[in-house]
Amino acid sequence: MMSLLTCNQFLEELSEYLDETAEGEIRKAIEQHISECPNCWVVVDTTKKTIAVYKGMQPEPIPKPLHDRLIRALAKKGCCAGDA
Amino acid sequence: MAGGRPQSPARLPPEPPFAPRSHRRAGGFELSHTRHNGMIGSELTPGMAQLTAQTAYSDESDLVARAKAGDGAAFTVLVNRYERRIFRLAKHITQNEEDAEDVLQDAFLKAYEHIRGFQEQSRFYTWLVRIAVNEALMKLRKRRSGKLFSLDEDVDTGEETVPREIAVWDNPEQRYSQEELRTILQQTIDSLPPIFRTVFVLRDVDELSTEETASALGISVPAVKSRLLRARLQLRDKLTRFFKRKADDVFAYL
Repeated sequence: MMSLLTCNQFLEELSEYLDETAEGEIRKAIEQHISECPNCWVVVDTTKKTIAVYKGMQPEPIPKPLHDRLIRALAKKGCCAGDA
Repeated sequence: MAGGRPQSPARLPPEPPFAPRSHRRAGGFELSHTRHNGMIGSELTPGMAQLTAQTAYSDESDLVARAKAGDGAAFTVLVNRYERRIFRLAKHITQNEEDAEDVLQDAFLKAYEHIRGFQEQSRFYTWLVRIAVNEALMKLRKRRSGKLFSLDEDVDTGEETVPREIAVWDNPEQRYSQEELRTILQQTIDSLPPIFRTVFVLRDVDELSTEETASALGISVPAVKSRLLRARLQLRDKLTRFFKRKADDVFAYL
């Protein structure tokens, strides 16, 4: 027996669904819900896209003086970068 | 309310007793992105380019083993690989450029000093994140002297999961330049509470598993899940304001 989800119940399961850790009956109930609820379908779609746009975001390069300061600090501790 | 977790600055955080990795999630995204974070080849400094046997350093456990044996060049490869991500994480937690610079340096120094004690029960990066998070929290506590700060604060109001903006998106990459898009994404993530964006960055950008994130932040798995859900939904809501399909605009030009 598959139970029906309310929109709030669906939202609580959203991350598990997106992470593909929701299985069995609960996954079926989620899929059923988004096939019947246009708003929740939009939430799934745009949450996936939210994750996707951030996943593509590279960290900013480290300013060179900051990188150099770090390397110098490490060198003081005996970490030689192998500048042979 | 700060949790007042006992964390001694003098000690390194314990290693997580597991090594889950590359926990892949929801594929099939429609937006394209071909770049990857923290890949070695793209982050070499001119000095590092002198390393001739680069391929010998491609394997992380090999790098760690060499660093443990005192090979500074191997440790420097790890620095080059992860410094951007650690700096970004530090900025997200401290919300202060200067503090983040100190956290970056202190985290790598501490990692270098203690690398022989790293038992490789987790990925090097997870271990490093845990050190960096502790350093960042200490900075925050120092800055807000007397006021306890914890990433485990209860920030749930119960309202945050209710989506307010329900609208399909246009392709953001068609509407905005790369520069504009980066600014929008940055400002939006900066508007979240620190714990939300920290969890989001570790899970969804750095792609740590739930367990790794919990371990790195010193919070429970359910706390990671709850904060991640709220972070995702809040970001979605805020981004929808920028990216929603503006059907009315079509008619505005007629």
